[in-house]
This record gives sequence, structure tokens and C-alpha cells, in this order.
Amino acid sequence: MAHELYGPQPDVAGASGWSAEDKKPRMGFFTDTSVCIGCKACEVACKEWNGVPDDGFNLLGTSYDNTGSLGASTWRHVAFIEQRAPGPSDVEAVDEATGSAVQGEARTDFRWLMSSDVCKHCTHAACLDVCPTGSLFRTEFGTVVVQDDICNGCGYCVPACPFGVIDRRTGGKAVKNNGIAQKCTLCYDRLGVGMTPACAQTCPTESIQFGDLDELRERADARLRELHGTGVNEAQLYLHDPEDGIGGGGAMFLLLDEPETYGLPPDPVVTTRDLPDMWKQAALAAAGLALGAIASFLGRRR
Amino acid sequence: MVPDVEFTSYYGRPILKPSPWAEDIPAYLFFGGLAGGSALLGAGADLTDRPVLRRRARLTALGAIGVSLVALVHDLGRPARFLNMLRVAKPTSPMSIGTWILSAFGPFVGLAAAAEFPRLAPRPLRGLLRRAGRPAGLTAAVIAPAVASYTAVLLSDTATPTWHESYRELPFVFVGSASMASGGMGMLVAPVDEAGPARRMAVGGALLDLAAIQKMESSAGIAAETLHKGRAGVLMRLGKSLTAAGLLGTALGGRDRRVAAAAGLALLGGSACGRFGVFYAGQESAADPKYTVVPQRERVAGRS
Repeated sequence: MAHELYGPQPDVAGASGWSAEDKKPRMGFFTDTSVCIGCKACEVACKEWNGVPDDGFNLLGTSYDNTGSLGASTWRHVAFIEQRAPGPSDVEAVDEATGSAVQGEARTDFRWLMSSDVCKHCTHAACLDVCPTGSLFRTEFGTVVVQDDICNGCGYCVPACPFGVIDRRTGGKAVKNNGIAQKCTLCYDRLGVGMTPACAQTCPTESIQFGDLDELRERADARLRELHGTGVNEAQLYLHDPEDGIGGGGAMFLLLDEPETYGLPPDPVVTTRDLPDMWKQAALAAAGLALGAIASFLGRRR
Repeated sequence: MVPDVEFTSYYGRPILKPSPWAEDIPAYLFFGGLAGGSALLGAGADLTDRPVLRRRARLTALGAIGVSLVALVHDLGRPARFLNMLRVAKPTSPMSIGTWILSAFGPFVGLAAAAEFPRLAPRPLRGLLRRAGRPAGLTAAVIAPAVASYTAVLLSDTATPTWHESYRELPFVFVGSASMASGGMGMLVAPVDEAGPARRMAVGGALLDLAAIQKMESSAGIAAETLHKGRAGVLMRLGKSLTAAGLLGTALGGRDRRVAAAAGLALLGGSACGRFGVFYAGQESAADPKYTVVPQRERVAGRS
């Protein structure tokens, strides 16, 4: 059981019961945030293609991000971080009147971090594990998708997700799929006919790359080497390692700062890793209750 | 308490989503526990010839499981699709397992309660209904401990820090809570000369509940903070006080009808407060990125 719930799983579709002839290579995303320009075309394309309703037009006061986070009606979210660039700057401060360099004062360089976040389509997906209706399922591409006509909106997947991705849609009866769990489908409908997901298709800088996961992993490795080679030492890969707490992501990222800076958990672990232990504890407690009740009826009558 | 810690977040926004569950769910935790404990009490009373306790415990179990089912269906985003729960049986989903446990439990609880009123049945079936009471009640009692304990796994099998980090203790907190609630209810509704087992279940449950909460608070790390803060903190403190008062009342004056009733009410209150307290503490822990980032950073640091 431990093997199914945790650790590397090279054949997610097969492990979910897809036969050799029906299953397809595992598909996913590699989001290289070092080339993201924060255009939000991915957010728009996703909404348009998937018919995702609006979830408020708010000014959040968080840089250029007025989306906030992933949710039932936000399946791509572009984060904007304004920060001081790491390391010493080689740009000298300039005296504005004379145009000459100011002696001995290095300018503090400012940088933007921009990153398009999405459902991770985990190798070990807690949302899928805990879904009591079987609405969430593993597709032949190894992705994780909600079946809208089956979900009864129990909401269990919401606290189960270690990334806070999936949510129950609200907004009243007029809203499509109101009351049920919603998240990125990795454009299951487009994949089925050999097309690229809408977000990756529209991304103008190829920050969002779509493809065969094994190939994406190699591409991510190569890009990391390239960046480290040019002195961008802070570059790191996220959810790229099949040995991590979720068995690696079906969506992985190249980040320029720690994950939590982007609103991502630094060391996510699928909650069901501990499920066998949880059942064991519950069984012990249940046995304790049964024995306690029996003991309460034993002994002298008073 | 843990001193304030430094951590990075994205504009202080939550990383996790708190469950979308409303107060239906902690109410269900309470009533489900009450139903499980009462089914045990009813079956024991049946076997040891305590007719008043038997009848009232069986009726309590039925009422409590009825409220539970209403709460569970009401909390769904699509209540009309409730039966989709029965499409599959998934060991990896505590909610699926729980639904099957309740589906097995409910009918036997109903049958045991109906056996108390054989005249409700058509005349030829009355004898059959009366005889069905004991096997139905015993079957319900066999399933009851699972009803009372699985809800702990339901909460713990999430990324919600306070619920997940307390997975070792929470089943004991919850069965203790179920035992003291049903014992308290038995003391409230049954005459003192039949309520001895109810008093013992109340005392044992209260002691277990208090001890398990104590252990949970010390072993859940930083995620235990939310059990002391805000609404959850107030409820947890109130719950412990009520439990202690009920425990004391039961032990010292449980054979006095009025003291027994007051102590029973206190224990029911203590159980309910604990359920709501644990629920809100979890919700808070998911809404604050601190409880996600800090323990995970410590885990990463511990590996390198």
C-alpha cells in the first residue's frame, strides 16, 4: 500500500488501471518563470477556452496581481513579486544632474519575479485519493480531472490539496458548475485531439511549455544548467524530483527564489502517505471504545 | 507557546485552502460520536436488562444519526447528488469509508429503535420487530466504534496542518468525546439506578478525551498553536472546563438525579465544544501560511 500512496511512480496511468493499449505518455507542463513577462495571456486563454466564470474584479494591492490565487474559477494564476535582486549589483548609481557615475555607491537593483501557477497534476494526488465519489480521476495522460457530472460538492479535495489549488465553486445557481469542485483539467478535451493546452498555446515567451513529461524533465535540467552557467545561481527546479513528497509534479517549475516567495509550499507531502498509520490509530481508538463500553457494563450492578 | 518565527510568504496569502465545510461538519462530528456511543450503551443495556436506559439510548442513537445524515447532506455543494457517494468504495478516501460505515450503521440503529415501538408495525410483523431489536442493536454496536473513530481520519487525511499533525491523537480525542457525550446523555435521560454504565462511560471518556487533547497539544508542534488562539482557543478551554466539571459531578454526585443531569449536560457541552474547537483550529491553520511554511522549512533543514 505504501508504494501506491507515496514515492516514485513511473507509470501513473497504468497504476490507475489504464491498459497498455489505452494509456498515453504522461503529459504535463514545465513553467520556466525566468522568461515569464507577466502578460497573463495564460489566465485569459484558460478562462476563454474552458468557459471559466469570473471570480470578481478586485484590486488587491499586490503588485500587478489582481487575481490572488488559484481557485475554483482561476486555473492559471500569474504571481508578481517586487523585490531586491540577489547578489551584488554591477550597475553603478548615476548622478542625475551630471550623468556621471557616483563614486563607490552601487545601485540596489530591483527585480520582478513573475510566475504562472497551475494545478500540479501530482503523481500522488491527495485530491484524487480522498474523493469519495470517484469524480476525480486519473486520465490516460496521467493528469487529474474532475468529472463535473459526478462531483457532489463534498469539498473533501479542497483541504486535501497541499497546494491550495482545487476549490468548490460558489456564486449561486446561475453559475456554471456551482457547488462542485473545479480546477485545471490540463485541457483534457484538447489533449484528446492532440492539441496543446490553451495556456501553453498562447504563452508568447514559451515560459509555459507543454509536452511529454520525461522530455520536459530533461528540458528543465538543461535550462537549470544554462542559468547556473550564466551566474543565475538562485535558479531552482520545483516538483521536478520523483523522490519528493508528491512523487514529482505533472507540472514542474523553474523558480528564481524559494517556493514560498511565490505562494508555493516549500516541501509538500501528499497527506495520504500517512493514511495507513491514521487507520491504524483509528482502529486502536475504536478497539479502546469497544472495550471501554464492555467494561462499563461489567462489575457489580449499581 | 512558540515564539514568533520569521517566514516568507506571498503577500501573507494562504498557501492552502481551508475546507469549504460549514458548521454542519463539526455538528456532525458531535452527533456522529453521540450516535456511536449511544448504540453501544443501548446494546449493553439490552444485554444487562436495563429497559429504560436501553430504550432511551436506542432513541438517542437514532436521533443523533438522523441529525448527522441531514448535516452531511446539507453541507454538500450538490445535495441532490448525495447518492454519488455510493458509486465507489475507496479505502484511500475516509469519506467513502465513512459513508459505507454510516450506511451499515444507520439501518440497524433504526431497526433497534423501531423495536421499542412494535405497535407501529402491522399486527403480523409485531413479534418479528420485537425480536429483531436485540440482533439489530448488537450489530449497530459492533459498527459503532468505527462510527465514532473514523471521523478523526476524515479530518487528519488533509493538508490542513492542525488536523494532519494531530493524526496520532485525534482518534482518541474523538472516541473519548463520543464516550463522554453518550454517557452524559444516558445520565441525563435514564434513572440513576440504571445509569451506572452511562456514568462509567462518561468518566472513562472524559478522562481519555482530556488526556488525548493534552497529548495532541504537545505533539502537533507549531500547528497546535491554533488550538489556543481565537474562537478555537475559547472553545477548547470552555470544552475542557465543562468536561472537567462533568467528570467531577459524575464521580462525586452521579447517583443524585439532579447532579447526574447537570453533569450529563456539562459532558455533552464539553464534547460539542471540543469538536467545534478542533474544527475551527484546523480552518485557522490552513488560512495562515505560517503553519504551512515554517514546519516544511524545518523539515527541509532537518534533511540537509
